[in-house]
Amino acid sequence: MTPTATARRRRRGIAGAGAVVRRRLLVAVPVLIATSIGMFLLGAASPIDPAKQYAGAAAFTATEENLDQIRANWGVDDPLPVQYVRWVGNLLRGDLGWSTSRHEPVTAVLGARAGWTLLLVSAALALVLVTSLVLGTLAAYRRGGLFDRGLRAAAYAVEAMPVFWLGLAAIAVFALTLGWLPAGGLTGVTATTTTAADVAWHLILPVGVLAISQAPWFVLFVRDSVAESLRDDHVLAARARGLPGRTVLFGHAMRTALLPFLTLIGTHLPELVGGAVLVETVFSLPGLGAVTVQAALGSDFPLLAAITLVTTAVVLTANLLTDLAYAAADPRVRLDG
Amino acid sequence: MMVRSQPLPSRLVAAVTGVLVLAACSATPAAPGSSAAGATFVVATAGEPDTLNPVLNYGVDGASLIFDGLVARDAENALVPALAAELPTVSGDGRTVTATLRSGVTFHDGSPLTAADVVFTYRAVLDPKVDSTLRSDLDMLTAVTAPDPATVVFSLKYAYAPFLQRLTLGIVPAGVLDGQDINKAGFNRQPVGTGPYEVESWTAGDRLVLAANDSYWGGRPANRKLIVAFVPDDNVRAQRMRAGEFDAAELAPKLAAGFDNAAGYTVQRVSTADYRGVMLPFGSAVTGDLAVRRALSVGVDRAAMVTGILAGAGEPAFGPIPPTSEYADPATVGRASADTAAATALLDAGGWVPGADGIRARAGVQAAFTLMYPAGDSLRKELALAVTADARKIGIKISPEGLTWDAIDTRITKDALLMGFGTPYDPDFVSYKLFGSKFAGQGYFNPGSYRSPIADKALQDGRDQADPAQRKAAYATFQQQLVADAPWVFLTYLKHTYVVKSGITGVSPRVEAHEHDVANSLWWNIHTWTRQ
Repeated sequence: MTPTATARRRRRGIAGAGAVVRRRLLVAVPVLIATSIGMFLLGAASPIDPAKQYAGAAAFTATEENLDQIRANWGVDDPLPVQYVRWVGNLLRGDLGWSTSRHEPVTAVLGARAGWTLLLVSAALALVLVTSLVLGTLAAYRRGGLFDRGLRAAAYAVEAMPVFWLGLAAIAVFALTLGWLPAGGLTGVTATTTTAADVAWHLILPVGVLAISQAPWFVLFVRDSVAESLRDDHVLAARARGLPGRTVLFGHAMRTALLPFLTLIGTHLPELVGGAVLVETVFSLPGLGAVTVQAALGSDFPLLAAITLVTTAVVLTANLLTDLAYAAADPRVRLDG
Repeated sequence: MMVRSQPLPSRLVAAVTGVLVLAACSATPAAPGSSAAGATFVVATAGEPDTLNPVLNYGVDGASLIFDGLVARDAENALVPALAAELPTVSGDGRTVTATLRSGVTFHDGSPLTAADVVFTYRAVLDPKVDSTLRSDLDMLTAVTAPDPATVVFSLKYAYAPFLQRLTLGIVPAGVLDGQDINKAGFNRQPVGTGPYEVESWTAGDRLVLAANDSYWGGRPANRKLIVAFVPDDNVRAQRMRAGEFDAAELAPKLAAGFDNAAGYTVQRVSTADYRGVMLPFGSAVTGDLAVRRALSVGVDRAAMVTGILAGAGEPAFGPIPPTSEYADPATVGRASADTAAATALLDAGGWVPGADGIRARAGVQAAFTLMYPAGDSLRKELALAVTADARKIGIKISPEGLTWDAIDTRITKDALLMGFGTPYDPDFVSYKLFGSKFAGQGYFNPGSYRSPIADKALQDGRDQADPAQRKAAYATFQQQLVADAPWVFLTYLKHTYVVKSGITGVSPRVEAHEHDVANSLWWNIHTWTRQ
């Protein structure tokens, strides 16, 4: 196989990408509409009174008349279709609405917090990908060896640990006993500015904990599929031709194993986001996690709907990227088919 | 991990001190101790406010650090003038209250305080378009006017003895907020007040940074900066306190107890007016029976609840007026431990006979009822289980049930509920609605439909009479009537627990209400705190 042939084949592989993106966008619109309607129906079925949630402890001393006035000001007692149409109308004008649980415009809540969650999730994902590929491949190479057995035992142990427990344990060891890293927060508590170095320093533990809590699935997956592909014909052939072990392992076996791995990332993304919510709580990070819980408990339609839409969009995009990456990596996959 | 690290407190403290010294050297050029006025204080709490606007319920009982009311409270919770030059005067009929403003007070933006600001603040609370729950507390107020720039006149629907207690509400500048939608104003996150600190920044979910207001009318603050860190998780807050990040933190009693023997920390257990008790509905054949209610009231072991459940951070409760209040009637204080003999005697006399399974019954009705508690509240759950166990000893069967508030709301008039209330400022505040017959069956206000003409009259007298001695007599009658009727089984008053670093002077705990976060916590007077 000459280099030009490979390149030609790759071009053909992603040739249909534009059409696929357009088609996926068309599908995304009804999915987003259905999700938002689902949000509103779930909210309507919820018995939680947003006015009482808003009042907090004052709900126990506020008069019913007082709470009624607040509900009327918000229009939360209007029929559901009216509320939904109003929400969509505002959305089309770029107004995501007013968060009743945060007392802020929804765009301000998302703007202030989504970035931190995204940073946490993407840094953890990158770390998981690199470490699991390296560790999983090494374990597969000496299957049944000491490293392999140790890694698998550790992976199963970590799988059994709840992420908040891991977080508290990490704080106890690295922040309290050793004093190496800060125990929480986004910056030093007395810092006057938010500098990248300070944030990075504070994110080492949370990113590490989130990555470790998610790593077992990826490590075990890589190990199994590399081990499998080490027995594939083309790998055996490469070995038989006398290629060095490292070339065979990383160049042939791991590349074959990469394909299903991409799918795993796509399907595992929601779990990573879920883990991020808990990690944010343990490390007192101002991400979307805490506000999502608050919005759900407070029947805060506008904020919940916006977070759901953003999450849905992220998952759809991730799936699309996975498929495109698949097409680029595997010549047999045709996008226009 | 936490448990294992505890046998090494000295190493831990050494490590923590090392980190602290490093942090102090690198972060703040003026290291603490070099000059007392250069200090930054860091406190941590779980409760982050939703807004910093007093009109929308921020720090309404004063001590909000950013704002001042016309009046404030001292270390004994006694009213003292703040933005008013002296305590406002009340007319003979009790329906007109006049306040004269302190002169020379300015807001953080430099604009002077006038009567128009006070009028604007109170009118905003009364405006139905404004989403303020404070309106319920000010339903006696009909009008606020400013006859001249230094005088404010409040007109009331009826004489209301504790009205001055409602004047702790922080005053907002009319010039900044006029014409805006108060519910959505940017002011709510970046407010302007008259208080000892002004807001430098607020990172939601992370921290609130306050800077000293050097032109504060009450004197220049003794420190430069105050940072309030918001850490919702109890264990995390305790760990970060241990790591030396905070000067003071609010912690759950059992976590605070872990600092009792740690060098470098002081644990403060602050009395509150926050009580927990079992509300017994009168509509049920079991809890509506006086013998059952009184037997439960003497049969529960309050002392065991304080030591076992609250780790000592509490006091037995026998009524809704806290023992620290001048209105508390010592005659109503009962026995802290369970008096099983008296309880069984009451039930025997009431005709409740033990059955084969040990559960008492009368005329075919078993002495059994459901006790609801909010499922997310672990303290109320533990108290509910303790009451259940104590009741079982005297032959009453309780089925505890953890529910959400929405589920509780639909059953609140029929089933018993573990409730909590309390404010240290005036006995009228909560009790008038909670035990008054005209509020029977109205939501959380008297859900058990307790009706007693004697209690009603005493509560009304307490509200109508301006004379403190007469009020005291009225509330003594009220408390005695509650003991006689036992509409609630009062269990315990809570103590709020804080851990404070050693070497800080000026800490002056005062009796707290249920709400304590940025405002009204141990750090109510933090502008006078200094480091040794």
